[in-house]
Formats: sequence, C-alpha cells, structure tokens
Amino acid sequence: MSDGQIKVAYWPGCVSRGFTPELHGSMAIAAERLGIELVELDRANCCGAGIIAEHNQELADTLNARTFALAQQTGLSMMNICSTCQGAQSECQQRLDADSAYRAHINEVLSGQGLAYEKGKDGFTNKNFLWLLVEDYGLDRLAEKVTRPLGGLRVGPFYGCYIVRPKERLGYDEFPERDLYLEKVIETLGGEVVEYDGARKCCGFPVITMNRETSLRQAGTHVGDAIDAGADCLVTPCPLCHLNLDMQQPEAAKVVNRDLGLAVLHLPQLVALALGAEPKELGMSKHIAGTGRVEDKLAAVPA
Amino acid sequence: MANYTLKVRRYQPESGEGPYWEEFDVDLDPSLSVLDGLLQAKDRDDGSLSVRCSCRAAICGSCGVKVNGSSTLACKTQIGEAHEAANRRSKDASTPPPRGADEEYKPAEGEERGARTREPGREIARDDERGQAGAEDAPIVIEPMGNMPVIKDLVTDMESTHWTKIRRVTPWLLPHGEAPEREYVVEPESMIDITQSMACIQCGACVSSCLSMEADPDFIGPAALAKAYRFVGDPRDAETKERLHDLAHDPHGIYDCTHCFSCIDACPKGVAPMDQIMRLRRKAGEHGIDDDPNNGHNHVTAMTKIIEKKGTNDESLLIQESYAPGVKGKLKPTKGAVKGLTESLPTVLRAIKTGKARSLSKLIPGIHPKLPGGAQDEVKAIYEHTEAHREEFNLYIKGEEGDEAEVAVAEGLEPPQSREEAVQ
Repeated sequence: MSDGQIKVAYWPGCVSRGFTPELHGSMAIAAERLGIELVELDRANCCGAGIIAEHNQELADTLNARTFALAQQTGLSMMNICSTCQGAQSECQQRLDADSAYRAHINEVLSGQGLAYEKGKDGFTNKNFLWLLVEDYGLDRLAEKVTRPLGGLRVGPFYGCYIVRPKERLGYDEFPERDLYLEKVIETLGGEVVEYDGARKCCGFPVITMNRETSLRQAGTHVGDAIDAGADCLVTPCPLCHLNLDMQQPEAAKVVNRDLGLAVLHLPQLVALALGAEPKELGMSKHIAGTGRVEDKLAAVPA
Repeated sequence: MANYTLKVRRYQPESGEGPYWEEFDVDLDPSLSVLDGLLQAKDRDDGSLSVRCSCRAAICGSCGVKVNGSSTLACKTQIGEAHEAANRRSKDASTPPPRGADEEYKPAEGEERGARTREPGREIARDDERGQAGAEDAPIVIEPMGNMPVIKDLVTDMESTHWTKIRRVTPWLLPHGEAPEREYVVEPESMIDITQSMACIQCGACVSSCLSMEADPDFIGPAALAKAYRFVGDPRDAETKERLHDLAHDPHGIYDCTHCFSCIDACPKGVAPMDQIMRLRRKAGEHGIDDDPNNGHNHVTAMTKIIEKKGTNDESLLIQESYAPGVKGKLKPTKGAVKGLTESLPTVLRAIKTGKARSLSKLIPGIHPKLPGGAQDEVKAIYEHTEAHREEFNLYIKGEEGDEAEVAVAEGLEPPQSREEAVQ
C-alpha cells in the first residue's frame, strides 16, 4: 500500500471495448476519482483468452509477451480489468518466466519489432484492478475516498475462474487472500456481502457456443442462488462473466426455468458509485438485467 | 501438539436420517495430516466414522475428500495448514446445513443438475473490520467428495461418475499389429510427453471439483480425459486419430470443459487434467478433426483468425464464424449453424436495444477496426513465426529454472564465461 500517485500501463482488453462498452467508460471514471493514472496500451493485442493456446501455445505466449513488452516500454507495471485477461496472461507469463532459453526464443520475433519481454524488469507485475486496489492502492485509502457509502446494498461477489485458479500460478502463495478481495472491497465501500454458492464458480461463458445448455445452466444457477440469498446485485471483475450473467440472463432464466432479473455490476462501476458517480454516466442503462433496484437503494443515500 | 476441531459431514443411510454435521476435537502435531486427525477421532470418539484410506502417503488415492470446500487427499493435507485456511475464511458464520440425502446426485434418474456443492469453509467474517482477520479456532470442515453419491460419511460411490467414465475412454493400449515378441522399444523422449498424465492415481479429486460436471453430469470429465491423453500421446498406440475423433464427437467430450481450472488445483499429483484436455483439443485440430458437433474446433479457429486479422476480438464475427465458418464467402454453414445463430439472435437484439451494441463495428461481423499504426503487422509477423514452430512448453516436464546466473547468461546480459567463473 502506498500513498503515492499510482500510474499503470493499462490493458483494457477486448470485451470492454466490445459488448461491455460501459466497463471501459466506468474504469476511466473510477480511475479519475481514485486518482489512478491510466496509460492505455492501444497497440496491444488480445490475450487469446486461453483459446489461442488451444491452437498454438507458442503463438499465445508470444502475443502476450508482446503486450508485456509494450507495457515494459512505459516503465510501468501493467493493470487489466478482466479476470480472463489476468488468467490467460499469467499462464503465458509463468511459462516465459520459467525458462530463459524459452524466453529468448519468444523474444526472437519481438526483437524485430524493437520489443523484448524481460522477466521482472523494474519489478514488472500485471494485476487486475481488484488486486491493484487492495494491494497497491489500499483499502484504507479507498475508504477515505468513499463519498456515498453503499448503505444497505446487498452485493454478491462473482470472481471469474481465471482470477482464482490455479492458485500457484496466480500468486496466492504471496497473497493468500486474493479470493477474498471482492468481499473486502464491498465492505470497504459500505455494502453488505451476500454469501451464496456461486461466488468462485464458473459463469459458463467459455462454452456458450459449444454447449449452450451447460453454459446457461451455470449462469442461471449462480444468479438464482444469489437472488435466493437476498442479493440486490452481483459484482464481477470479469467482463466475460458479465456477458453470461447479464447479457445472457434472460436466456439463462429459460434454462433454469425460473424468473431471474438480478443486476450485475462491473467492479469499476461499484467503486465509482461509492465514490459519487451517477449510474447513468457509468452506462448502467446498457445492462440487460435492470439496475433499477440498485439505483433506488443508492438514491436513498445522499451522494 | 495442537488442538483442532474437525467439523465432519456425517451420513448413515441405514439410519433413515439425513446428513448432519458433527464436530470432533483432536490433538496432534500441525505437520500431521487431516487424515491422521480423522483417524484419531475414529479411534478416540466414534469407531463408526467412515473414511476410505490405505497408504497415508498420497500414493493409493483412496482418501479423497473436501477440506474447507476444496477437493484433495486427506493424507496430503497438513492439519496445521488446513486450520490456517479455515481461519482465513471463516469466523463465527454458521456453516450452511449439509445438503439433504434427497439432493444427492442420481444420474440414473435423469436429475437435471449435478450435486450441489456448498462451500462451507468459505464464509467471510462479517463483524470484524473488512473481514481481514478470521477467528483463531475455526473448525476444519471435512466433507465427502462432490459430484458423487455418498455411501456413508466420507465414503463416496466412485462408480457412476469416475470408473464408468474411465472405462469410456478405452484406457488401454491399442497397439499396431501383433504385439512384439519381447517388450516394445520406444525412445524415452517420445514418452516424456505423457508422463504428466501417467502420474494420475485415480483418487477422483478432480471429478469432485469439476464445475462442468456439476452442470452437465454427462461430461466425460477431467480424470477420464487426462487418462485419454495418456494413450493419445503414447507412440505405441495405433488408434490416435480414432480416439481423438471419438472424444471430439462426443457432445460431452473435450469441448464440454469450461476452463474453470478447478481440477488443476484439486489434483494432488500435478496432472493438471485441464491442460491435458487442452492438449487433446490441440491434437484433434492437428489431426484435422474439424466437424465436432459442439463447434469447438470452429470456435478455436475463428478466434485465432480474428486476432490475426484484427488484433482484438470482433465478437460478432466470432459468433458467426464459430457456428458457420466461411458463411459469407462460401455459404457453407455447419450443421448446428442455423440453430446456433438463431439462438444467439434474441441476445444480440437485446444488446442493440440497450445500446450495448449499437455501433456498426459491433454489429456487422468483419468491420471491427484493426490495431493502429502498423501494430497489426507486428501481430501478423508473430503468427508467421510461431505457426512455423508451434512449440509447446510443459512446465511439469521442464520445471522452473532457479539459477539467476544462468538466466543472465541466456538473456545476453552477462558473457558466458562469467557463469563458468561462478562455478569455479
């Protein structure tokens, strides 16, 4: 934790500029209110979401080495806003960091582009906004920034598989509470944590085009469990989870054969709301599952 | 020596009662195992407490259980560490009631869902500040494995969801022609690739943790698919392509895994079943198996091509190409294309309505912008370079290099002689 200015090489990912445009805008607003400076990596490429590695592992490793190299050129550590980017990039980084000969092989093609990924250069790390918020920004500092505590808002955490497993790859030895950070952030923002079965389970998104039934059953079950536990909304650091939990929610409701209708917020939206931003500027009207209940509860709290 | 409380999910079918929680106080060294704790409770307090075990050394694979919600071997989990994990994640929050016997997984009766797996060890403290500090004496929560019917206490029936599926993948060698007179002679290098999948001890921890199987009990599952790779990768096996075709064409086969990584964390032997499933997908692609009913191969190919052309993902094109590759050029949609695209339509329409997808580049497949200023050419160059090698780096086999001097040399930061000097 530091009191100093935080400046990061920012990888927004594909989905935040695709089907969840509200996430990209919300992160900018949250960063401004927190005082985090974002240097956007606009030349960087897709992480491959684990899918490109299914085709060619070396291709996935090189694509992500390129992104890391672009970040290292800024002299800053990297921040992402997607659990899937975190997981897919950490997987490649683990292989790159494991072996200097392999790293040299991967850097061969990058050197032609004036780029190189160096292990641990300037203490390089790649952290999801959630990790950065707790480990580098600090919850005490976050608490000081809260102008509209989320009083009474009951929030269910939803992490996304790629940010909780495998533990060894994702730095849980050093930071064993990384899978409790959403709860900590919700409480810091003045919300109430809702415990339900699905917080660390799979949203089903990776198989939405391959096994629609399984995928939507997973999404529908978790949303239903959160509703049964009394949640007003879910919050997730993963826009791919958001696609299945929010965008597909009406379809998931059909598969699990029950009414759903639970707002799913992106992590930067929840943070920005507690820091005084308005739901409209955070793009909450773009969500498929209505956010009215969240807005009504917040309206009762003076900003 | 230290005192621990074991909170065990008990169930005796002959009693006619549902499952219940029972706490046992045990007293043993923190370096001993959760299994040692269970055996002490059985010895001192209740001889009827049932747990399957044998070797106590993570070799026999008998004592698979869930400790604080995580699937593992009781004998490989130190009780001191389990206690720390329980403290981190629990305070005075009450453990949810165990699922009733009537909620047990009954595959034969066509139940819609797999067994529900609560995570009783995972409640965060509510009344301490931001849940940072847990209690000092949280109980270690021990349950039978998930995704399997419970026979008694911690003993599960592994037949329906483990052994049946293991047999499903033909877990024996199908050799070329007649068996040789003496042993097969293979290059050691050609067997290295399958050593990771050979490390499996059939404990079922991965099956217990599998989130795909929880939603789709028909999924072949992590243990059986890891076992399948053990033979797909074996140079002595003659049916490689047939095996891959079979596993790709089963709608509950290799393309039914949701990438949740649960099996990787659960496996006590480092098999990383999900990695083996991804290898099977890669091999299926290399063998030209591109017509699976889940459109799994199409999905991988579509994503790979889109990033080559655009650098970032064009979601509309990904949906279209996953179901119907080349539909624009050749009008050759796959079997499930019309159904798949039709099913996606309501979702897309809703996204247009709320403004999620209102710009043309998000709606019309293919007009998504490329990366700016020559960056796309850099991505293309990476494709050309790596498609020629397709190198696979397996950490299980190669391990992590710890020698900093070696790293410095390989990266050209220091001349090679400095390494020799360091050795001298």
